Amino acid sequence: MSSILKLENLRVRFSTHRGQLEAVRGVDLDIQAGTSIGIVGESGSGKTVMSRAAMGLLTGSNVTRDGRISFDGKVLSDMSREEVRNEFGTGMAMIFQDPMTALNPVRRIGSQLQESLRVRLGMSRKESRARSIELLTLVRIPEPKQMLRKFPSQLSGGMRQRIMIAIAISCNPKLLFADEPTTALDVTVQAQILELLTDLRQRLNMTMVLVTHDLGVVAGNTDYVAVMYAGEIVEQAPTTELFANMKMPYTEALFKSIPNIQMKAGSRLPVIEGRLPDPTDRPLGCGFAARCSYAQEKCFAEHPELEEAKDGHLYRCWFPLGDSIPRKVS
Amino acid sequence: MTNHAHLRKDSDVLLRVEDLVVEFKVPGNKVVNAVSSVSFDVKEGETLAVVGESGCGKTTLGKALLQIQKPKSGTVRFEGNELTSLSKSDLRSARTSIQMIFQDPISSLDPRMTVRQIVDEPLWIWSKGDENERVEKVKTLLNNVGLDPELVLDRMSYEFSGGQCQRISIARSLALEPKMLICDEPVSALDVSIQAQILNLLNDMKDRYGLTLIFISHDLSVVKAISTRIMVMYLGKVCEIGPTESVYSKPAHHYTAALISSVPIPDPTHRAQRTPIVGEPPSPVDPPSGCRFRTRCPAATELCATEEPMLRLAADGHYVACHHPRA
Repeated sequence: MSSILKLENLRVRFSTHRGQLEAVRGVDLDIQAGTSIGIVGESGSGKTVMSRAAMGLLTGSNVTRDGRISFDGKVLSDMSREEVRNEFGTGMAMIFQDPMTALNPVRRIGSQLQESLRVRLGMSRKESRARSIELLTLVRIPEPKQMLRKFPSQLSGGMRQRIMIAIAISCNPKLLFADEPTTALDVTVQAQILELLTDLRQRLNMTMVLVTHDLGVVAGNTDYVAVMYAGEIVEQAPTTELFANMKMPYTEALFKSIPNIQMKAGSRLPVIEGRLPDPTDRPLGCGFAARCSYAQEKCFAEHPELEEAKDGHLYRCWFPLGDSIPRKVS
Repeated sequence: MTNHAHLRKDSDVLLRVEDLVVEFKVPGNKVVNAVSSVSFDVKEGETLAVVGESGCGKTTLGKALLQIQKPKSGTVRFEGNELTSLSKSDLRSARTSIQMIFQDPISSLDPRMTVRQIVDEPLWIWSKGDENERVEKVKTLLNNVGLDPELVLDRMSYEFSGGQCQRISIARSLALEPKMLICDEPVSALDVSIQAQILNLLNDMKDRYGLTLIFISHDLSVVKAISTRIMVMYLGKVCEIGPTESVYSKPAHHYTAALISSVPIPDPTHRAQRTPIVGEPPSPVDPPSGCRFRTRCPAATELCATEEPMLRLAADGHYVACHHPRA
């Protein structure tokens, strides 16, 4: 396997009126071609900012980006904006969370689908129309020809998300970012869209990055998982290994606090007290220490580094779970 | 035709809804039956969850109970009062004992009011005590929902996070000591780690204030954690109603089974036993004849197209509206 996207010490800072806000704090991630990786975290954990930065989408004057991003051997920071557009525009694609606002409401589906085909791939009107119909069939839209004439407002959320997927895969990307692709959808439609994404990924041989807050979605659809907290990766492992053998107390707490359909009716949920630390004023030690029920003095004083347990299971904790170190429960 | 097999004895229930219909006019001289002849009842101390996909009428149902959305026909009887025929002023006082919490906690609080004003408003409107008594009451309420009154009283609602705003909404809804709380998707706008906090809080408040809850949600995992009874809706109709444990372990309606099997399980070794469900809900403007779910149902027959299924007994206290219920 070869690496398709490599992030090295990626840092993203925004200047805000309250000072520098470091949304992503030194993320290292190496995504192998052909795999599917889930990025899990709460709102504000930096998962969306990280994926947008990796696509070269964050370019405002208030954004500072450090670190190296290489996609398919090419380094993002070495390239001009024009080159980034050409390389990253076709090689990578993104599906956004909200299919209601990601499409232009006053343009027909056909014209939105054909845009990238004509601009990026230089197809003629006729070719792009034929390809659009192909794409719509691929995402299993009934009566694709009629669909080209419709406006987004005539479609349901699930249909719009299918259109978004069709647009995203139109230029044969090698890497597909799906940022909370099913959060705005109903459960039955969510199941259909996830199944479609998994099927397309295998058929078109794409690498997929699935950004979500839902551990259930990650469990069934990814090979690897990275858990983010306060702008850092705090645990990373193959999916089955992570669920079987959680090392980071945050991962475990998140997992336990989520209502699960398999638990007994009316059971009380264990909660994670408190909130994410203020992003403009990060704590000195471990970001999770203040909410962690296993926290020791060391956790507040020193920042833990990512360590490897075995076979690529990484964690960022001074006192990982499953260790024999005695610790007092506060 | 009556469809009341599942209703319990009148004297036992706090709320009884019969044949409730809510219609909306849509362009083209058509009407949408958002809630189409729905009957159910709620006993004191129960938590009834109303679940279904978007567009199934669950939110409209919640609003129609409070007469925020006037029903076209049907009855809503709460503690012996017929809410649909009350005068404006009687309805206002009846509403003090049924309160509502909304989905988006941030937009349901006035950003230009302090927390003290927000929680005090219902008390002030109903002249519950003098100013000092009311302030004490507000402090107790805030304490009960897990906020420190000294820190929050004079801050504005926009200074708070979603979870905190939802706590403030809960405090406000409890100010008049209602008997029933209608929660419309109270946690779906919140972060995963905050959801559990609010669900536990609702359960605590239920015990402390002796509340009866109607919990409207699309999230079957959340519903399982909080409800004692569950009612599944599809396109404005009740498909299935029964005790939570029974409905989850033995769903009798094919729609319920499909909903439950669509929920992703956070366990990579879990083998999905997907009950396939194809397509999306049809338009409520022109619902299918007979059983409304038949267009997506794996067990549909001709009978389903011609005759609408009535609710019938599937297990103890568990009723289903299906011609071919699952064994």
